[in-house]
Amino acid sequence: MAIRRGRGVAAINYPTGMNLGGDPTQALVHSTPTGNFMVTLSSVDLGQGMKQIMAQICAETIGVPTDRVVVDTADTDTGPHCMGTFASRGTHRAGNAVIQAAKEARQVMLEVAAEELEVNASDLETDGQGNILVKGAPQKSISIFDVALSAHFKRGRSISGRGMFLIPRSYPEKETGAMKPSTCYAHACTVAEVEVDDETGEVTVLTVKNVFEIGRALNPKMVEQQLVGGSWMGISHALYETTEPYYPNRDHGGTDFNQYLMPGPGDLAETEIIVLERPSADGPYGAKGPGEMCANPQIPAVANAVFDAVGVRIDTLPITPERILRALKAQAN
Amino acid sequence: MAKVPVQFTLNGSEKAEFIDSGTTLLNALRDKIGDTSPKGGCHQGTCGACSVIIDGELRLSCLTLAETCNGAAITTTSGLAEGGVLHPLQRAFLDAFATQCGFCTPGMIMAAKVLLDHTPNPSRDEVVEALSGNICRCTGYEPIIQAVLTAARANSQNAA
Ligand code: FES
Ligand code: FES
Repeated sequence: MAIRRGRGVAAINYPTGMNLGGDPTQALVHSTPTGNFMVTLSSVDLGQGMKQIMAQICAETIGVPTDRVVVDTADTDTGPHCMGTFASRGTHRAGNAVIQAAKEARQVMLEVAAEELEVNASDLETDGQGNILVKGAPQKSISIFDVALSAHFKRGRSISGRGMFLIPRSYPEKETGAMKPSTCYAHACTVAEVEVDDETGEVTVLTVKNVFEIGRALNPKMVEQQLVGGSWMGISHALYETTEPYYPNRDHGGTDFNQYLMPGPGDLAETEIIVLERPSADGPYGAKGPGEMCANPQIPAVANAVFDAVGVRIDTLPITPERILRALKAQAN
Repeated sequence: MAKVPVQFTLNGSEKAEFIDSGTTLLNALRDKIGDTSPKGGCHQGTCGACSVIIDGELRLSCLTLAETCNGAAITTTSGLAEGGVLHPLQRAFLDAFATQCGFCTPGMIMAAKVLLDHTPNPSRDEVVEALSGNICRCTGYEPIIQAVLTAARANSQNAA
């Protein structure tokens, strides 16, 4: 009987979004009379930062500071259509829709500015600070505030845009079964080091080292925040959490936080996160979906580490002391 | 049901309400008084989201009857900012990206505040211990631990 050490590695390839009946998200953008921009969505911010990212994407596309953009994640009765916030699809799908809507709004904004400045819209550019300038003659300029006022009260133009991003459903080819379930993949690799007590079956995760390839990190601090939390959640799923410990039998499922095990701040493994940015071809400013996949690779990595430590393959989650002891016993017989 | 009077100070201001006997402090604060900063995660004392400070001690408002708080001084997270300036803990949570959905955050901040009130320069282990009654789904805890340690350092620099 001893404490045994093991190391496991796992790599994953994670599709952004889903492929059921087609995967659309719609966005609407309009300016207020004072030149702020409103993004209307039905996508929901669960705390992952959707509103911040959509504000950044809209601001970047229109050419205004991020704090000039307000995002309303309305409701499904009144908002434009979104399939939802899941499958790591929010940034990718809604972001592309926002870009399309913001481009259309920007075009109207430039047309109104062109009328005010008596130049061609194609000769105008934004400075990112809230002004529109004539290319090559920046002394000739107008603020977006004044452009919006003019549009609303003088020219009767609606500075607004519509955006829709759809990944159409992909059907498998009859002959080969080949299909394209996703257009955009994020990647991750985790190395986990564990200690397994072969007398009690208890697993302690010592270190988790993760590399995530997530396309362009549109907000690096928020990406890091999500990856750190996700890595911990992956460990938690590998070792502790389940509503059905004897699935498919539903007995003994936890019904509250006394029985549903979720690690606290005392159960952390030393965690390392490295982000690789390889911009995606069809993502908004190169983004992919890091959301769900960041909690995935730790699970097979821990299972492999347990195998390395005590030589048993646990193929049912979570990897509880009971499962390890049963497997060790079966191995001995 | 007979109503009972309760009177206490909440974040320095006097509150007096008639409540149904048996109302938890959590429900009284949220539904009667309108301070929604304490969150109801489990209503049975296992998540820490409802933590408040009563007479200087960390308490779970879901397990505390409001009528037992007569004359008490109660602090919640919504009372921490002064004149629009965030409390050092709130500032540190923001700067450390220690909040995602935010549901655990007020409880975490209450637990951290009681720790720092008693132990201005805690070790990492002391921070972990102080937060161990609070669970968080989103952050993986590490950013929260770092935020508390940062707030402690900011406090001791101000005191110096
Ligand atoms: S709501 Fe009080 S501990 Fe969960
Ligand atoms: S931030 Fe979501 S539960 Fe802690």
